[in-house]
Amino acid sequence: MTSVEFLAWVRGPMFQIAVAIFVVGVVIRLIEIFALGRKADLSEPRGGETMPGIVTVFRRSIPDPGTFKRSPFTIVLGYLFHIGLFITILFFVPHIELFHDVLGVQWPGLPTPLVDAVAIISIFAMLAILVNRLRNPVLRFLSNGEDYVVWAATLLPLVTGYFAFHRMLFPYQTMLGLHILSVEILLILFPFTKLMHFFTSFVARWYNGAAFGRRGVQS
Amino acid sequence: MSSSEDRAVNAFREQIDGPIASYLSSCVHCGLCAHACLFFTETEDPRYTPINKVEPLRRVWKSEYTFFGKLASMLGVAKKVTDDLLEEWEPLIYDACTLCGRCSMVCPVGNDISYMIRKTREGMVAAGYAPDGLKGATQRAVTIGSPMGVKFPALQVQIHNVERETGLTVPVDVHGADYMALLSSMEIMNFPEYIGALAKIFDKAGVSWTLCSEAFEATNSGMQIGSSDLEGELLQRVVDGAESLGVKYVISPECGHAYYALRWEGPNVLGKKYPFQVIHILELLDQLRLKGKLKVEDKVDEKLTFHDPCQIVRKGGVVEEPRSLLSLVASDFVEMEDAGVMNWCCGAGGGVSANERAQPLKLAAFKRKKSQLEALGAGTMVTACANCRINMEEGLEENNMQIEVIGLTETLADHLA
Repeated sequence: MTSVEFLAWVRGPMFQIAVAIFVVGVVIRLIEIFALGRKADLSEPRGGETMPGIVTVFRRSIPDPGTFKRSPFTIVLGYLFHIGLFITILFFVPHIELFHDVLGVQWPGLPTPLVDAVAIISIFAMLAILVNRLRNPVLRFLSNGEDYVVWAATLLPLVTGYFAFHRMLFPYQTMLGLHILSVEILLILFPFTKLMHFFTSFVARWYNGAAFGRRGVQS
Repeated sequence: MSSSEDRAVNAFREQIDGPIASYLSSCVHCGLCAHACLFFTETEDPRYTPINKVEPLRRVWKSEYTFFGKLASMLGVAKKVTDDLLEEWEPLIYDACTLCGRCSMVCPVGNDISYMIRKTREGMVAAGYAPDGLKGATQRAVTIGSPMGVKFPALQVQIHNVERETGLTVPVDVHGADYMALLSSMEIMNFPEYIGALAKIFDKAGVSWTLCSEAFEATNSGMQIGSSDLEGELLQRVVDGAESLGVKYVISPECGHAYYALRWEGPNVLGKKYPFQVIHILELLDQLRLKGKLKVEDKVDEKLTFHDPCQIVRKGGVVEEPRSLLSLVASDFVEMEDAGVMNWCCGAGGGVSANERAQPLKLAAFKRKKSQLEALGAGTMVTACANCRINMEEGLEENNMQIEVIGLTETLADHLA
């Protein structure tokens, strides 16, 4: 397989397979949750559910001061790589063009040097996250194979994208092919791993906020 | 699969709902919940990380409620719930968790971990994996009527003492009273001044109330051990008592989990709404204060703080009432760090106090309250839970700390105008 053929394959059939697995998988996982549902709560409510649920959906993105004081490293690194991924995925101009091709919608991008800097910060944040996971006793204890696989699958698109953009390591065509393939691996792993938290954490936050809100506490 | 494993798995299945599935789908193993849990912060044992405690429940969810897990089960590679696992996890779920709910407030993906642990206990107890102390308390609650083995004659003795001391009548089995007051065994045996406080305050405020000889016990070991069936059996006694007297309200006493069981879990466990309203004593007292029926003649001058019982404040929603009541009676009220819905547990809720095996761990966990108190320098700590109170008295004594612990209701009664 030549690098041109490889690129055509990851852009063509492989892309379609990955997206199909991602979409169908995520839908199945969400149906699995919503089909279970909740029993009606018969206790007399003190407060509402909907609004406190929505407030918690947003508020949980900000740590309470005590938690921040106890785990500043975990929290700062978490912010860095989440925001970094958000910017590099959604505001790199070639990515926007891809979204335009596939979804038919587009939005303004950020200057490429800025996205480049964000990518580098994200890569270093991801490396620090691994060190933190290996060194922090709680994280080391909690971690299983999936945590490391997902870590690698999240880092690879960043690194391959960076290399492709800077024409490093392999010829551009090959590196771009590897970059697209790494994203496809991420998409395929998505429905089967904790990557699902991208969707389910909002559901979880709502349920949490609703349960506490019903009892009159904003969680 | 052994019969106990079978019972556990069946019980876990019954517990899995949408919230549980969303929580288990969302955990990213960030470890932040560990730092919200006093059993971790005071021991630094990573096994006490809250989300780790739900592992038995997680295995059933993973292997039976997720596509990928089902596939793994078919291939025989899924992690199973075994007797060894349940035995290993029993101390994590019962000794190192008070169901205080602090982890539920900090989880960044929004997991209500204390809800998950409460549900995990259902499977544990169904399989017989629960601490002996808590099993004994539950058995006494079901057979005798109280986890401490208190029967009505013992309460009658205390009632007579209170009546002699106060010169007031403590009404028992009064049909058509507005309020039926419940008590915890701990109050009956260790803090009968609570009964006297009710008599004094209700007499002054003109509240129509009664105790019920058939249903005076508010505590619910069934909830603590995690058996909805036994929890329901205990709650049904309260419902029957309240119905037979035809009261409009049932007053939950100064006991955290009693309130949570009665107020929030009860109707769901029994499968029907109550024919009466449940009100916490602090809610009622604050209503009386607002109506001008609760007046004090003098204030406590000493520096005084309030310990928030988890099930009343964070998990119960009675947050402002104790503060309003204290401002009425305290001239120098100071809050602990993290006071209110983020306060730290005393370390003995959720059945830990009934579990002898957990005593050393409970004392280790008390270090959190100790450091909160040391930072404050208050000579008196008011609380609203007899279980918190007796545990903190024990912890303070163990640490040679001279701080007086008192109940909020009796503090108000002592200063009544």
